[in-house]
Amino acid sequence: MATVTIGLMDPPYESANTVTGFRIIDAALRKGHHVNVFLYEGAVALGFAEQKPHANPVKGKSVEEFDHPNPKDWVHALFELAATRGVELDWVNCGLCVDERGVDKQVEGARRGSPADFWKLAEAADGLLFIPTR
Amino acid sequence: MARYLLIESGGPWESGTTAGFYRLAQDLAGQGHEVTVYLVQNGVLAARAGAREVGLADVAAHARVFADDFSLRERGIAVRDLRASILPAGIEAVADMLADGVRAIWH
Repeated sequence: MATVTIGLMDPPYESANTVTGFRIIDAALRKGHHVNVFLYEGAVALGFAEQKPHANPVKGKSVEEFDHPNPKDWVHALFELAATRGVELDWVNCGLCVDERGVDKQVEGARRGSPADFWKLAEAADGLLFIPTR
Repeated sequence: MARYLLIESGGPWESGTTAGFYRLAQDLAGQGHEVTVYLVQNGVLAARAGAREVGLADVAAHARVFADDFSLRERGIAVRDLRASILPAGIEAVADMLADGVRAIWH
């Protein structure tokens, strides 16, 4: 069992990087590894608890029919996966980035931190990957 | 010698920096390091056998090159359409290498 630290920077709904990052986190958890995730800049909104699904009037779809995904649900699912597998998922938001964006209401399990925490998480990990914005 | 995982998320036709990333892979391999290149997202477009060669074949001659299976499916690229030197792989390969302490760089 190893510890992997992943850094994400892209905000929700902006980049395929987010999907790839989530896939790597998911795979590491399924492999039985502890995973630390540090969210920086726009990525702190990934776990914002007040995200809402919406209808798509252009396609004539209701909220239920459109079934629009919210990244907060993906974050929640990762926490559930970690609990199921008996491994730790540490989801650490850059606190200043959270304040700037007013996304302080986060999914259960997410915590507030700083770039200093990222340094600590990087130092403590067996493997590190930071996925920056382009 | 160190082990490197270079993850390329963009196609060489989007930015000239991708060619630079390919060169980095070649240079690291040339210095004796163990290098794996993992193509993901639009990075897999260059893995097609019919794509114009822009340096990826040289990388594959010196390093392991994987193409993300999910990204291939998203883009309708069949495994049989990949260059012979490039193998499909699941994202679990990235998780395994990270857990094993590889030095990872995203581009």
